[in-house]
Amino acid sequence: MRSAFIKALLELAEADERVNLVVGDLGFGVVEPFVQKFPSRFLNPGVAEQNMTSIAAGMALCGKIVFTYSIANFPTLRCFEQIRNDVCYHGANVKIVSVGGGLGYGALGFSHHATEDIAVMRALPGMTVVCPGDPIEAGLATLAIAEVRGPCYLRLGKTGEPRVHDSGVSFALGKAIQITEGSDVTLVATGTMLEATVRAAERLEREGVHARVLSMHTIKPLDAEAVLSASRETAAIVTVEEHSAVGGLGSAVAEVLAESAGHHVPFRRLGLPSEFSPRAGSQDYLKKSYSLTVDGIVNSVMNLLPRSISATQSD
Amino acid sequence: MVRAPSPDSEMSDLADFARRIRRHSVNMTHRAKSSHVATSLSMADLLAVLYGEILRVNPAEADWPDRDRFIVSKGHGAAGVYAALAEKGFFPLSQLDTYYQDGSVLAGHITHSGVPGVEVSTGSLGHGLGIACGMAMVGKRDGRPYRVFVLLSDGECDEGSIWEAALFAPHHHLDNLIAVVDYNKIQSLGRVKDTLNLEPFSEKWRAFGWSVREVDGHNLAEIRNALRAVPWEASRPSCLIAHTTKGKGVSFMENSVLWHYRPPDKEELLRAQAELENPQ
Repeated sequence: MRSAFIKALLELAEADERVNLVVGDLGFGVVEPFVQKFPSRFLNPGVAEQNMTSIAAGMALCGKIVFTYSIANFPTLRCFEQIRNDVCYHGANVKIVSVGGGLGYGALGFSHHATEDIAVMRALPGMTVVCPGDPIEAGLATLAIAEVRGPCYLRLGKTGEPRVHDSGVSFALGKAIQITEGSDVTLVATGTMLEATVRAAERLEREGVHARVLSMHTIKPLDAEAVLSASRETAAIVTVEEHSAVGGLGSAVAEVLAESAGHHVPFRRLGLPSEFSPRAGSQDYLKKSYSLTVDGIVNSVMNLLPRSISATQSD
Repeated sequence: MVRAPSPDSEMSDLADFARRIRRHSVNMTHRAKSSHVATSLSMADLLAVLYGEILRVNPAEADWPDRDRFIVSKGHGAAGVYAALAEKGFFPLSQLDTYYQDGSVLAGHITHSGVPGVEVSTGSLGHGLGIACGMAMVGKRDGRPYRVFVLLSDGECDEGSIWEAALFAPHHHLDNLIAVVDYNKIQSLGRVKDTLNLEPFSEKWRAFGWSVREVDGHNLAEIRNALRAVPWEASRPSCLIAHTTKGKGVSFMENSVLWHYRPPDKEELLRAQAELENPQ
């Protein structure tokens, strides 16, 4: 996803001289093309995320479109108050980009796990929160947030994520992309869980369960209409995210469901428990240990579905 | 009687401006029963010189693109800043009566929203210098004529983010950036030297690469002469350490930890007003 991001950013910078990139001394192997092409619009204030964010706010208040870039929690939690006060309160045109959302830097340890970032970013007034699910979405999301006049958070995976979409997919902020149609269950996935969710839907289909899959790339503003439609038109809803189950996609969807009149469907949030992972491990290892896998999604759906549907499946 | 020569009358205008900032600050914090009167008094002379003589700003066009940017990072000095802005004509003086009141735009820490002339909202300490660096960086890179001034408190120099920005500015040769420190030697719970000693203070800034000068922060001519001459060295940001007295101008508030928080009651207000009408 990070290659798709930098490609889109170069395109943006080519077209609009207000586009700047400010990094927190990270981005080796990623940001070099930008540095070479636009040296006077690149800035590395060092290992100093608070200052990075305040500087970005100051630049934005002088007319620039500023992307801040770092990994994991560093561009969000480390400088949360600078984002709240300097960026959001002033409506500054700053785009915060994090690579390695979720457990992307799994083996590096808990310090490098971005597992509460969606929750805190979506709590901020004026903040748009986007978690693209594949490289196609990452590129389109980068272009889309540049069009927003104000703060945005772009939560990327790392590298090597498979493509889920064709390049012609229609992408709009705040509008879920429906990937498959089905009436038994809706799987709402965001970010790095999209591909596993699509594969889980394929597995469920083979077992007679028809799943609707939504790529909920924008957590804020959330596509509430897509959630409500799912509650009316399908028999259950399961959210899937590589993030704490507290405060992320699942919580956002639950808020919509809880406040809607009438349509009560079985609902389950799949995400990380609110705990510190006790062991080191790769992204895949850690996701498996928390059942954030194709098997885990399929099992959760089967356990959740109303008896009539799971009975059909077991025949 | 011969009319005083112009430099003296300029100084007396500035002294009058500072006195009006102090009077408003005392009145506003009394009416609001709000804290931080003493910090507005310590910075009043700095504000008077900046708004009176130094800053290229236009109250009729507050968002003029090439205006000097002035960030008051010590956001608890709100009363003094609002007073200076109203005196300068950014909004009506009568609006100062709404300070801290329900429904007002004039919040207890400096707030930009709905307040012409406030560049940036502050209040959580340690934010202003970094924002100023971003503004100064754009000014440099785009060859724009504006300068960026930022007023810091001494207590806020406890914040690590100040020193992140202090490293950044000289590295990028931001000689369009001027930091002014209101060094009144008292922070929230006690004296700076007893809380977290900043000394040797000017040496720290110098070691980080700033051009540093120290002035008596209540000597209007000294402040003016220093700020008129910025940048003092090519390619370096300037740091003016202004030695001030917390609560300056009201004898019973001067140099006392108490008045960081205590609002003046009616009797104290009258005494303060009397002293500010007839300064010693």
